[in-house]
Amino acid sequence: MALDHDTKRDFKIIGTRPLRPDGIDKVTGRAQYGADQSAAGMLVAKMLRSPHAHAKILSIDTKAAEALSGVKAIITAADFGDMRKGEAMNVRDHIMARDRALYDGHGVAAVAAINEATAKAALALIKVEYEILPHVTEIADAMRPDAPVVNAGFVQENAPKGYSENVVSAHEFGHGDLAAGFAKADKIISRTLKTAATHQGYIEPHACLASMGPDGRGELWCCTQGQFYIRTLCAEILGIEESQLRVTASEIGGGFGGKTTAFIEPVALVLSRKAGHPVKMVMDREEVFKASGPTVSSEIDVKIGMTKDGRITAGQAELRYQGGAFPNMTNWLGAQCAFAAYDLEAVNAIGINILTNRPKQAAYRAPGAPMAIYAIEAVVDELCEELDLDPLDVRLKNAARKGTKSSYGPTFDEIGLVATLEAAKIHPHYAAPLGPNQARGLSCGFWFNFGGNTSVSLGINFDGTVGITEGNPDIGGSRASISMMAAEELGIPYDKVRTIVADTNSIGHNDVTDGSRVTFAVGLATIKAARAAIKEMCKRAAKMWGIDEDAVIWEDGYAKPAGQNAGEFEPLSLAKIARKSANTGGPIAGHHEVNADGAGVSFGVHLVDVEVDPETGFTKVLRYTVFQDAGKAIHPDYVEGQMQGGAVQGIGWALNEEYIYGADGKLQNAGFLDYRIPVASDLPKIDTVILEIPNPGHPYGVRGVGETSIVPPLAAISNAVSRAIGVRMDQLPMSPPRVLKAIKGAKG
Amino acid sequence: MKKLHINTSINGNSAEFLCDPDATLLSVLRDQLNLTGAKEGCGSGDCGACSVTVNGRLVASCLVLAAEVEGAEITTIEGMAEGEVLHPLQKKFLEHAALQCGVCTPGILVAAKALLEKNPDPSETEVRFWLAGNLCRCTGYDKIINAVMDAAAEMRGA
Ligand code: FES
Ligand code: FES
Repeated sequence: MALDHDTKRDFKIIGTRPLRPDGIDKVTGRAQYGADQSAAGMLVAKMLRSPHAHAKILSIDTKAAEALSGVKAIITAADFGDMRKGEAMNVRDHIMARDRALYDGHGVAAVAAINEATAKAALALIKVEYEILPHVTEIADAMRPDAPVVNAGFVQENAPKGYSENVVSAHEFGHGDLAAGFAKADKIISRTLKTAATHQGYIEPHACLASMGPDGRGELWCCTQGQFYIRTLCAEILGIEESQLRVTASEIGGGFGGKTTAFIEPVALVLSRKAGHPVKMVMDREEVFKASGPTVSSEIDVKIGMTKDGRITAGQAELRYQGGAFPNMTNWLGAQCAFAAYDLEAVNAIGINILTNRPKQAAYRAPGAPMAIYAIEAVVDELCEELDLDPLDVRLKNAARKGTKSSYGPTFDEIGLVATLEAAKIHPHYAAPLGPNQARGLSCGFWFNFGGNTSVSLGINFDGTVGITEGNPDIGGSRASISMMAAEELGIPYDKVRTIVADTNSIGHNDVTDGSRVTFAVGLATIKAARAAIKEMCKRAAKMWGIDEDAVIWEDGYAKPAGQNAGEFEPLSLAKIARKSANTGGPIAGHHEVNADGAGVSFGVHLVDVEVDPETGFTKVLRYTVFQDAGKAIHPDYVEGQMQGGAVQGIGWALNEEYIYGADGKLQNAGFLDYRIPVASDLPKIDTVILEIPNPGHPYGVRGVGETSIVPPLAAISNAVSRAIGVRMDQLPMSPPRVLKAIKGAKG
Repeated sequence: MKKLHINTSINGNSAEFLCDPDATLLSVLRDQLNLTGAKEGCGSGDCGACSVTVNGRLVASCLVLAAEVEGAEITTIEGMAEGEVLHPLQKKFLEHAALQCGVCTPGILVAAKALLEKNPDPSETEVRFWLAGNLCRCTGYDKIINAVMDAAAEMRGA
């Protein structure tokens, strides 16, 4: 349609803040999350987990457990068959150890029993004989040529040579002549920066209810970011066809990338098949920390050159990411993101993936980007400080803009970085006075945003209301924004539209809710589905009037005669056309299926003021402002919510959060008491400024907003703390002891 | 294990149940009484998703034994609205978009209501400290604090 590439501007509903349709259920306790479903005859499943970081499993004796009254099924890796390919194999082997336990918490066996107490008692009766093997949980140790090999057979051709088999892949991006670039610099700074592994920290642990018959037909209810992907994974792991398994996504209690893959679902299905009963399986919090998918930890070497007046002449980075015992692509993403905010003549970034005896990393909000950009933005800030330059002016001077050849290859179209920086520059926050021990930090952030496979169906009900069926779990208000886009396009009130999230049998395929793709891609498909319905409604109106269908236009919810016939007939409302539809050709619906591209990258800038207590090293965040390009904010409340939520996760990453492994390879802090995420009293208000630089790839200009916001806080806070104490911090989290050590080191 | 017979009142209705001596109040509410509004985020008293009140006192129901509530009055999120009339806190949470995934919301609403019953005119700092036992990973708390402050103001006016 010709309309497609004109970005619409005159909105009636987009940009307003209506109540979300699933709100009442969520404030009254009625909403059904993963653990809230039960079934008649249901069993409860529990997993036995390895207490060792790395051990050979010599034998598993389940006889005594099987003999316990109330135990209905016990499984081990042997019950999963021997499929040996691709990501599904890795997911399977991460869930359940085959012949070696690869991390503290690795599943070894699972039990389904009539209740939780019996299942737990059965776990205690399973005898596992282990032969403990040497382990490695830290990057530098894992790279050493003589390091214990964590998981052999994953080394790719591009892996750098001279290291152990744990160094499995490397991806390199960049352009230009680095040596020439550095030669032009007045100042060059090289540093190594480190970030700890963190967890998404969703409040709802993984939970599912599986029911599978001996014929291999199954039903699965689970909290997931992608019911279709869970179906694919489970079908591959169980060796069944996808049509035999229907997956229904529950309401989801947070995900942030951590619920994009499977941790318990295949186990519950196999147990259910074996026991002949529905099986409910819920992880406890310790299991979530130990055996779901935290993010990577990193060590990053950065070298950046700058002229006296603040032009970056060259940038180079080597990013070393460990993401547990299985390979991942986060190094590939990180290397692309590292320098994305800058327009550079000479740039190079290489991302290396290293295996360790830790759980297999999963996506966490802009996976790979926060640590990469932290390292670059910390060094840029140090250069600004050394050269006595305003850090915002330097960003503006070097900012990527339309036409910039990005550090990872593509040339940018319309992007909002400059507008975002300019908004920060004129904001009162940037000029506000600071007290003793206080300082201000800032950082840019970036995320690609995804589009992906999407299906939406939109039905015009006979009474003139509209039903939308989509397939992406609503993780933060997407039913509202999808309903708004449909209402806008159709020209009817928001409350006439109801959007539901369907199971895998009720709509075509939809990719996982990730990459900030839903408002963009599902929104785009919804608008196109609405346009298909509009086309049909115009046809029906033409039929009712007895004129040519090309002579009918759609405006504000009405079919109107146009051209020669303009004004000839009384416009027909959507409701009127709907009511007559049975007589004009049958029900009216629109649908759209697409593998959406054109997602449109999103940039953000964060400003933060901190105060560091010189006695304790404790950092208090005093003021925080997020500036981000949303393309077009459909429902501004939920856009602000994404900006605030991401910022606070980043604050936690910068100041507190950290996976701590002991010398024994065991996770030391698998609970919310010791893995401390920010609480309300830790934080100031998080102010937000939404910029709207329309994305040419979306009819309303939408860009994804969910992920960019977690990227800048790491460096923004590190830069603020460094300026407050007069010592450059180079490691996260900046816990009080670490900051105190830096202060003392500088004095001593 | 011999079960205990407990008589209690939940959201104004008398309730009785049998429970193991080591069963938590949360597990009885969720698994036996079908009151799944309270969530288990941690089972260790660290997240507040399981918040309910027992005789008016805010508790983490994952840390309370079901056997302890004999004769007590319990309120849960399911008892917060009266029929189709939402409590002002529930209304303000919707208006301020104070929830994203919503899994922390029942616990935070129960906790906020307990605060406003004690202190109808809290400062923002008091709200932040009172709710420090309720984790929310989605919102950054900003809109939650705004919603509680606004509900408090409305309730004082009413
Ligand atoms: S479940 Fe009770 S405090 Fe977390
Ligand atoms: S809204 Fe998701 S945890 Fe609070």
